[in-house]
Amino acid sequence: METAEAAAAAPGQIADMARIAAAAAAADPFLPRVYRVRQARRELGDTVTLELQPESGAAPAFAPGQFNMLYRHGVGETAISISGASEDGAGFLHTVRKVGAVSAALAGLEPGAAVGVRGPFGSGWPLAAAEGADVVVVAGGLGLAPLRPAIRHLLARRERYGRVAILFGARHPRELLFRQELERWRARLDVDVMVTVDHADASWHGSVGVVTPLIRRAAFDPHETHALVCGPEVMMRFAAGALCDAGVPQSRIHLSMERNMKCAIGLCGHCQFGPAFVCKDGPVMRYDRIAGLLAVREI
Amino acid sequence: MTQPAGPGKAAVIARAGLQQLLDALGAAGYEVLGPAVRDGAIVYDRIAKVDELPAGWTDRQDAGRYRLERRGDQALFGFVVGPQSWKRFLHPPVETLWSTRQEGERMEVTAPQPDATRYAFVGVRACEIRAIAIQDQVFCGGPFPDVGYAARRHNAFIVAVNCGEAGGTCFCVSMGSGPQATAGFDLALTELLDDAGHRFLVEAGSAAGTAMLQGIDRRAATDADLAAARAAVARAAGQMGRTMDTDGIRELLQRNAEHPRWDQVAERCLSCGNCTMVCPTCFCTTVEDHSDLAGTSAERVRKWDSCFTLEHSYLHGGSVRQSTRSRYRQWITHKLSSWFDQFGSSGCVGCGRCITWCPVGIDITEEAAALRTAAAAPNRGQDGTP
Repeated sequence: METAEAAAAAPGQIADMARIAAAAAAADPFLPRVYRVRQARRELGDTVTLELQPESGAAPAFAPGQFNMLYRHGVGETAISISGASEDGAGFLHTVRKVGAVSAALAGLEPGAAVGVRGPFGSGWPLAAAEGADVVVVAGGLGLAPLRPAIRHLLARRERYGRVAILFGARHPRELLFRQELERWRARLDVDVMVTVDHADASWHGSVGVVTPLIRRAAFDPHETHALVCGPEVMMRFAAGALCDAGVPQSRIHLSMERNMKCAIGLCGHCQFGPAFVCKDGPVMRYDRIAGLLAVREI
Repeated sequence: MTQPAGPGKAAVIARAGLQQLLDALGAAGYEVLGPAVRDGAIVYDRIAKVDELPAGWTDRQDAGRYRLERRGDQALFGFVVGPQSWKRFLHPPVETLWSTRQEGERMEVTAPQPDATRYAFVGVRACEIRAIAIQDQVFCGGPFPDVGYAARRHNAFIVAVNCGEAGGTCFCVSMGSGPQATAGFDLALTELLDDAGHRFLVEAGSAAGTAMLQGIDRRAATDADLAAARAAVARAAGQMGRTMDTDGIRELLQRNAEHPRWDQVAERCLSCGNCTMVCPTCFCTTVEDHSDLAGTSAERVRKWDSCFTLEHSYLHGGSVRQSTRSRYRQWITHKLSSWFDQFGSSGCVGCGRCITWCPVGIDITEEAAALRTAAAAPNRGQDGTP
């Protein structure tokens, strides 16, 4: 519609629809790009890490904390966080747990399989803002996956940060994700790694219980700390509360939220969390902006 | 309600001139859509002739009620809005996003053909122009504009019709969206039916609108025509069937997530989603992946969805919004409050469709007003009932 003068008069009207229509047609964000599984690594009984590489060209850059939409032909599409870059930087790592039809299809893929990928989408962890400060990473279960690229980033630039603590809780020793990498982090002297399980077995000699009490035991200066938290929503709620109690300002606590993301670009409405679209305003969100919402049931 | 076109800018056409306009739009390659009576309701459909417009019909609307009735005159636009809005064309209920072919592990993704449809909407009410502007923000105001919507919207030609009467569930005056179209149209008509005859005041809102008027039999509007048009719109403004107090409404919803009214409305709400289907701004969609029997070809189809379904908030482990209470709260809070945060305006235009088409007559204006009353003291459980 060519209503330049009319458009200017009405609040909220978009004057340059021609340019927008052309730009949208040139780069349709709904179209997946074909990637191939380069490697599939079994992490846990139901959890697999896929290394995905574009069939042609380079994979786009991503910020730790972002996610991709992964599509398997004829089955469907689902949002999966990026759990790292592949070693040569040519692709993405995605750690997938079988919880539905699409994730089960993805978790069952062999090297060479084709996968449609859209992304990366969403907000990342505040790694630049955290430079010079202490960093506390709190992860529950599969929540370690979107935090892993952040941890790798911190440890690769260790000198830029103050004290770094990684607090990780899993249900059972069998369900400790990235166990070898966890051991490597634990072997370093410049990072405080604490792991706990809800239910121990005879082989377990570490902490038992939820992850939240570890926050009291970690060494950090609460006034100069950024906290990165990812896990089940109830765990994040308690972790954020414990971080606040420890004196960390709400604005420096970041949670990675999960909602039903279908389009990933703020058009389908499914992932609304109060006024936020988790797909584009999140998934990483500042606690001071969502604390009120987290307290409301069924929001 | 402001900015009446000055004399000289506005013209007057007769019924024959309206036919010439429909012909000109068709000749220019537009698919011309306008109101038509179908199955006891006024819907939007292809029209070629003025005779196909709902001459002499009006609609009587109230909460949960819609009936067509005969008018005493032959007005062509003597009704308000029906169950459909223009979103069904700009944001169609079913749309294929893309298709894939996969043989072995060779996968190809094919984008749909660009949508080159050029719609001409005839009879777009002021509230619907506001609704289109709101969906423009939703689909084209962010970093990822919707390809199909942007193309259809860019190509559309809008003929507005100012309302001369309001319906029983109308409250556009409260929402500041009508009853007069002030912008966002190519042409705007005001139907005049008085001693001076059956005629239409026509104003151009764009260069395309001005160009379309060339070749159509018209005369300059007189002061009397302009006065009659102003009177018609003023009459509609004075007849609003509903009102909504919008003062501080964004904050009102924000601070009342636990108001007892949610339980009361949930006792009536069927969670059917009718309100979201008829709403001209509701935009939620879901996707379906279809494949052929061999599994070689698949397509991804986008369909209108509703926040009143359990699936809308699905997460593995259980949907977030299990109760009807939480779904109604989500819908009205989104519409009247969080829409401001997301898109800079209210999501409600005051068209009244959600009131009319609710099978149990839940009224958004009544619910918003009820939230303003202080929360009653909780009395649950005092008599031993849960």
